[in-house]
Amino acid sequence: MTLQHALLGDLSLNSIPFNIPIIRDAGIFMGLIALVVIGSLFYFKKWTYLWKEWLTSIDHKKIGIMYIILAMVMLLRGFVDAVMMRSQQALSVGHSMGYLPPEHFNQIFTAHGVIMIFFMAMPLMFGLLNLAVPLQIGARDVAFPYLNSLSLWLTVVSAMLVNISLIVGKFAATGWLAYPPLSDIVYSPGVGVDYYIWALQISGIGSLLSGINFTATILKMRAPGMTMMKLPVFSWAALCAMILVVLAFPILTATLGMLFLDRFMGMHFFTNAFGGNPMLYINMIWAWGHPEVYILILPAFGVFSEVVATFCKKPLFGYTSMIWATIVITFLAFAVWLHHFFTMGSGADVNAFFGIATMIIAVPTGVKIFNWLFTMFRGKITYSMPMLWTIGFLVTFAIGGMTGVLMSVPAVDFQVHNSVFLVAHFHNVIIGGVVFGYFAGLTYWFPKTFGFKLNEKLGRASFWCWLVGFYVAFMPLYVLGLMGMTRRLDHYSLASGFHPWLMVAAAGTALVGLGVFFQILQLFVSIKNRNRVGYRDVTGDPWGGRTLEWSMPSPAPFYNFAHTPTVTTRDAFWTMKQAREANGGQVSKPAYTDIHMPKNTGVGFIIAMFAGLFGFAMTWHIEWMIAVGLIGIVVTVIARTFNRDIDYYVKADEVERIETACANLATQARDDKYPVLNTNELLHGAK
Amino acid sequence: MKKLRYLLLASVTLLISGCKVAMLDPKGVIAASEKSLLIDSTLLMLIVVIPVVLMSLYFAWRFRESNRKAKYSPGWTHSNTLELICWAVPGVIIVILAIITWVSSHTLDPYRPLDVKGKPLVIQAIALDWKWLFIYPEQQIAAVNFVQIPVNQPVRFEITADAPMNSLEIPQLAGQIYAMAGMRTKLNLMATEDGLYDGMSANFSGDGFSNMRFKVKVTSKKAFQVWVKTMQHSPNQLSIDAYKQLAKPSLAEPVNDIPVAYYSSVAKDLFTKVILMYKKPGMTNLRETLAKSANGKTKPLRELVMGDATRKAQLAHKAQKTKAANHTSA
Amino acid sequence: MTSSSPTAQAHEHHHNQDDVDIFGFWLYILSDCILFATLFTTFAVLQHNTFGGPALKALFNLPYVLAETLALLFSSFTYGIAMICHYRRKRNQVLFWLGLTFILGVSFVAMELNEFASLYHEGHGWQTSAAMSSFFTLVGTHGLHVSIGLFWMLNMMYQVMRYGINGTTSRRLTYLGIFWHFLDIVWIFLFTIVYLMGAV
Repeated sequence: MTLQHALLGDLSLNSIPFNIPIIRDAGIFMGLIALVVIGSLFYFKKWTYLWKEWLTSIDHKKIGIMYIILAMVMLLRGFVDAVMMRSQQALSVGHSMGYLPPEHFNQIFTAHGVIMIFFMAMPLMFGLLNLAVPLQIGARDVAFPYLNSLSLWLTVVSAMLVNISLIVGKFAATGWLAYPPLSDIVYSPGVGVDYYIWALQISGIGSLLSGINFTATILKMRAPGMTMMKLPVFSWAALCAMILVVLAFPILTATLGMLFLDRFMGMHFFTNAFGGNPMLYINMIWAWGHPEVYILILPAFGVFSEVVATFCKKPLFGYTSMIWATIVITFLAFAVWLHHFFTMGSGADVNAFFGIATMIIAVPTGVKIFNWLFTMFRGKITYSMPMLWTIGFLVTFAIGGMTGVLMSVPAVDFQVHNSVFLVAHFHNVIIGGVVFGYFAGLTYWFPKTFGFKLNEKLGRASFWCWLVGFYVAFMPLYVLGLMGMTRRLDHYSLASGFHPWLMVAAAGTALVGLGVFFQILQLFVSIKNRNRVGYRDVTGDPWGGRTLEWSMPSPAPFYNFAHTPTVTTRDAFWTMKQAREANGGQVSKPAYTDIHMPKNTGVGFIIAMFAGLFGFAMTWHIEWMIAVGLIGIVVTVIARTFNRDIDYYVKADEVERIETACANLATQARDDKYPVLNTNELLHGAK
Repeated sequence: MKKLRYLLLASVTLLISGCKVAMLDPKGVIAASEKSLLIDSTLLMLIVVIPVVLMSLYFAWRFRESNRKAKYSPGWTHSNTLELICWAVPGVIIVILAIITWVSSHTLDPYRPLDVKGKPLVIQAIALDWKWLFIYPEQQIAAVNFVQIPVNQPVRFEITADAPMNSLEIPQLAGQIYAMAGMRTKLNLMATEDGLYDGMSANFSGDGFSNMRFKVKVTSKKAFQVWVKTMQHSPNQLSIDAYKQLAKPSLAEPVNDIPVAYYSSVAKDLFTKVILMYKKPGMTNLRETLAKSANGKTKPLRELVMGDATRKAQLAHKAQKTKAANHTSA
Repeated sequence: MTSSSPTAQAHEHHHNQDDVDIFGFWLYILSDCILFATLFTTFAVLQHNTFGGPALKALFNLPYVLAETLALLFSSFTYGIAMICHYRRKRNQVLFWLGLTFILGVSFVAMELNEFASLYHEGHGWQTSAAMSSFFTLVGTHGLHVSIGLFWMLNMMYQVMRYGINGTTSRRLTYLGIFWHFLDIVWIFLFTIVYLMGAV
């Protein structure tokens, strides 16, 4: 055993592909960005601020913001992967091989799937939950604020692991679910699948903890009077999604754990020989994977329910139906996993059973769509961005849902399974449903989080680019799928006739790219103008909201509600507003009291960093580092159990000062601008 | 503007005329039924989908805030009749679709022999890294990346893999079924028209996956017999050793045509042996044995746990890969 | 400085926070159940895939495993007594019964490791077949849980020694109790499904 091996495990300079220009340049680019960020932190002397106010924060609103930043950065990374795939497929026809060799192309589509699901959609979902759920239910924070911070940082380090794999070593080249035997050590030697396993294990544990956290929050921390049937629909959807997280993620953990044991300890769960059964992995990974789909889409459904009611100025049509539809979907989510592999040869009875179970989900989903439509019926619709995304969703999702039901007919699935028809279908529901939903949620709760609205014009431009871009990029894939094009092709013949359609799809990607560009521009323009009239939200209720989060100032103060609200109706804040109007604008406010708050802690951050170190070391077999990671985690956890200094009080007069300042803000506009005031104070508290 | 429209129209026509949509142009009984199933289910679902799309657009337009003529009823949030319709209409459609699904899942079950007279022609398919081997057990011939079958005669594929999981699909003849090591799946089909059709692996299996394609030639029964005769005179023989050579990973040169090979004889029970290789000790595939040292007794625990076997497997795989690469480039 | 230091008794959680905490812990137990269910499923699917090796039941020494089982069951009992003493706020008795539980737990883990080692040295290691892989993983995961529980118990003994029995330590003892009894129940399933059903 050499010294190098003792120090670095399997890692060596050869692991860094300097000779591949695309990876080298991407690495240099990422390095430069990191340098700029670190440099400016030094230059502006923001390290203490960063540590005290963000990295150690256990405030759900700030954790939500950090989740969303992570999701947006990962969206860019995943989108770059998408652009590379689309351009490779547009170029690599007949005698041209495109610019990506198979082993690189295969890593890209794997990374694209992993990043978009685990590090874009999941963080964006948890971000929105963090921003909105505690405020909607009138809670001080989530049930376990410190676990919440741990969840966030576990997700962040696993995202970092995936990105490190771009430069140091390689990522899995197996497809996003790493089916064995391909992902077994025999067919995928090297670190790619190990990066995959550890990134998913660590972020999976983060997600599981969040699931527990939000289930407890919603079930146990609602404001007095808020019975389950008065719970806002978004929180209901979040609850169902979180129950799915608690029930489904342990399956992922166990399954990936066994894949790891196969690769690392020579076990035989999923190997071809020695009695292993790869199909067992496929069954179990989808027993997690299918609920995962609903984990992502249910909160999006929740967002649409809030948005439709708010922007149509009508209570949601058929609230009870809506809730029951959500619950039915939650249960059925566990009964349909086999439809992902009808082609395994399970026999007609089994296939038919799972096919029909899948179709049944279309019924509650259909009910939801009709309820949104009837909410719009005889409403008074204003077209702010969230509502635009919703209309885009309704049309797009109807089509995606149809192709989904189509594929649940086993005999049809035999033809289109594994083809780009399938790729078109799940992008149809994930972009049209999940992404549009989360964008709607993001623009909807943005003013509540930051205190100013996003620029409408640029938002519209971005919406239209995304919508049209989506159709141009993915409708050709439906046709290509029917033409017999399988997914994950890095090259095809000219005679196949795929080429023109793939050129169209590539153009669609460019349009979506333009949409992303407008979103970034929108962010810059809005931040620049944040104190102007028209941007700054001085009322705390910019859209005419119906639920409790709009009853407080924007941005929401760090202690959330000065007075814990009492709820009597479904649209609690709407009722409060009507009562206030009836009262001639007068509201009686009880005296302010001291507020008990948990103290910030870096424990979550530190544990996650050790976990990241551990994951990296397991990937490269660096023994001392594995030990450091493990011992670091254990010692940090134990140290935390001895910490007694974990809370403090915000004084009543401090609360009063902040609340009064916010109330007076509306009258203070000068030259089209509001005073900079206390945005920072609201976010962080006066320290 | 007008010019642009013409251009657009022209390109769309070009797109549509230029492509052959395999699944809508079936040449076999199974594919034909699958096509009509696809179309029927689509039409059935359009009963809901079209109204939903139209309602979305119409309601969105009609009830915009600036439209003073539209009625605004903020109190209207519940209607038993409407909610009954919401649950019932999709429900009824799904019941109809469920019946269709139950019946079609059974009639189009790939394992089910076709309801036609005549003994099926058996073809054994083995997915390898990264090519297809087709064995005709009764005719004692074999071919790589090529299948010939007679028209209007049922064909039964028996499928396995000596590689990661693949999926055998010939879109114009029938849907796919997985090819898995140590297992035997079946696919029954029958071609109804002469021609040359595309087949491929539909499930990603590694670096050479994109070119894991083959051709299916459908001819008259007579022509098929003639082909079998010529095959039986081809110089290559598929002995166990020849098979082991063939089973090593190889990448097709993608810019050229997919390489094809023919064998005039096949080692006895080769197909069954390939399956058993994964089922019984002592017959285990070379790569698997290298990766997993079955008897850990002589090895120190630490070495085993820390993946000594793992590294060995990596080296073996690398060596094979470079060999394969040299082989194809030579 | 707008925030004041909390008074001593404010360290104790609000009355309803305790309720939330326990509920959260039960949710964790639920998720752990699913983890074990997945491993049980795997075992059920793979237990006969011995790849030419002997059937699992031929490898087990039932009386030995029964002794192991009794040690763990008895440790649940002693933990229960520790909890009763904790309700009576008897610090030293709590420490005694926790210590006894700890010793029983350690003997369980030691016996299990011994069983694993002898299987391994007789040539029935986890690499020999899917059946052996699933056996070692299922039983080993339970053993890993018990080991974590033991470390936790050590920590709790130290905390009880240092801080006595107060709101925080009492809550944590409750968690550990739930965890410990949960592992007991999992073991009963394990003993029945893996050892007894395999042997009969």
